[in-house]
Amino acid sequence: MSISNEHPYMSVTAASNDAHTENGIRRDYTGLREDAALIKTAGLTAWFGSMQALKGIDINIAAGKVTAIIGPSGCGKSTFIRCLNRMHEVVPGARVEGSIFYREHNVYAPNVNPVMLRRQIGMVFQKPNPFPMMSIKENVLAGLPLQGKNTTNRDEIAERALRQAALWDEVKDVLDKPGSSISGGQQQRLCIARALAIEPEILLMDEPCSALDPIATAKIEDLIHTLRQTITIIIVTHNMQQAARVSDYTAFFYMGELVEYSDTDTMFRAPHNSRTEDYITGRFG
Amino acid sequence: MKTHEADIFRKRSLTERWIAAVLFTCAAVSIVVTAGIIAVLLFETMDFFGRVSLSDFFLDTQWTPLFADKHFGIWPLMAGTMLTTLFAMLTALPLGLSIAIFLSEYAPERIRRFLKPIIEILAGIPTVVYGYFALTFMTPLLQKFIPDLAGFNSLGPGIVMGIMITPIVASLSEDAIYSVPASLREGALALGSTRLRALRHVILPTAFSGIAASFILGLSRAVGETMIVAIAAGQQPVLTLDPRVPIETMTAYIVQVSLGDTPHGTLEYSTIFAVGSMLFVITLTFNLIALYLKKKIQRGVL
Ligand SMILES: Nc1ncnc2c1ncn2[C@@H]1O[C@H](COP(=O)(O)OP(=O)(O)OP(=O)(O)O)[C@@H](O)[C@H]1O
Ligand SMILES: [Mg+2]
Repeated sequence: MSISNEHPYMSVTAASNDAHTENGIRRDYTGLREDAALIKTAGLTAWFGSMQALKGIDINIAAGKVTAIIGPSGCGKSTFIRCLNRMHEVVPGARVEGSIFYREHNVYAPNVNPVMLRRQIGMVFQKPNPFPMMSIKENVLAGLPLQGKNTTNRDEIAERALRQAALWDEVKDVLDKPGSSISGGQQQRLCIARALAIEPEILLMDEPCSALDPIATAKIEDLIHTLRQTITIIIVTHNMQQAARVSDYTAFFYMGELVEYSDTDTMFRAPHNSRTEDYITGRFG
Repeated sequence: MKTHEADIFRKRSLTERWIAAVLFTCAAVSIVVTAGIIAVLLFETMDFFGRVSLSDFFLDTQWTPLFADKHFGIWPLMAGTMLTTLFAMLTALPLGLSIAIFLSEYAPERIRRFLKPIIEILAGIPTVVYGYFALTFMTPLLQKFIPDLAGFNSLGPGIVMGIMITPIVASLSEDAIYSVPASLREGALALGSTRLRALRHVILPTAFSGIAASFILGLSRAVGETMIVAIAAGQQPVLTLDPRVPIETMTAYIVQVSLGDTPHGTLEYSTIFAVGSMLFVITLTFNLIALYLKKKIQRGVL
């Protein structure tokens, strides 16, 4: 079995709309009714050599929603989202225990091909990483040669992805300039466009705004608002206001554990756990 | 606060100044010696071209300065050098690049750390060993497949020269590939790429100038390599592209004349300075290109 290439997420969105109307259910420990979840982890544990970075995470991630991951530095946020698309194992000595279900697929089953999985679960990194030898346009379309695909409507795909990433107007006249020749904020949106061009079902964003100024940050937040209609987003952020602004659900991680998970309103208005409260009010971390 | 300021403005101690003076002398000596070599080379080359015209040197197709009917066409020697260099690079590029890719992309860190120094040690084997390896092993081996291969030829020594250069190419290319930031590798993998495609479309293009620099350094080693070709390629300056027959390279000619009984100061003897200048210009050009490419990497332009 490989991760299927078609895009049947519409049906799941319908289910999640159900969950949205049933307020009580969103507040259970795993956050969501089971059938509305696109990703479910059970006892997810991650290691770097002998160092345990995640200690048994159980979480359900809603389809068609924005989920924010917050927590102090080193608590395992990056590690968590890197487990979801199996990027964790790229680090030498890193390993994972427990299970992650993406739809009906066990992500860590031996017959799942991580290469195919990553075509469904795209990723944007903390530091913009455009490919320096490629032009802006080649960067947006980098997924095609990297997936061994040859498409004729390259211009169309590039324009659509750049428009989605709110970058088209700024770069449409300089598409042949090197990808590293634009500003940091533009580079980050270029990386988002690059991830969107391969039409993933889920987009993982690891502190996408941490290197950006407030204007560039606002652009990316707008972008998340627009994207949420078509794509499931999981965003790691250090910025409480950002989490409150962009997300539907928020998960608070602390020392490798999931401490609290609920809809964003509840999380920021009336957190259940005292450590969550301390963190979001800025008393530590 | 006051004492700190005093520290900053205090004169450097006497020993420190002595050490600096000694180091400066060493550096100055090496620069002076290099300049002297270049001056002698230039002077002798001017002397040669005072007696032999540039057109005889660059347009004639025969090189017979040691015979009664003297011709001074450089091309037979150039052809010999180009042939052996070609076979060397055809061997060293694929071999060196494969080793570099294996070490940086596929070998576990432990194996990489173990193998890399070993490969670098290979670069230290005396070239005379490679020369006899070419003469007594590589050529006989090739003769099994190419029956009319002469005992002295350009193919065998060329391949052995390639083996000699492989460690340089492998080591420098490996440095270039290994220094491609992990974020680019991860960026490619996160787009659903296999490791091979990430290598081809992202990592190798990013490391390109470093890899090119390693190739060019290897090339200039091949052009300047003397021992292997002097031992195993022959002493017959013929203008040919046939890899099976004896030839003579520029370096081998210089060895032949300087070890032979040609008297100093004669026209015959001064040919080696003209040939030496040619070699110098070629390898200097290659080294400058390599230096330029390396600078480009360090500036992060990649
Ligand atoms: N490559 C690695 N090798 C070893 N340990 C690592 C590695 N990457 C992360 N860790 C450790 O794993 C733990 C979790 O790291 P992770 O990067 O997931 O934290 P984070 O919550 O994303 O932090 P930040 O907010 O600073 O990005 C940390 O204690 C960190 O030191
Ligand atoms: Mg992180």
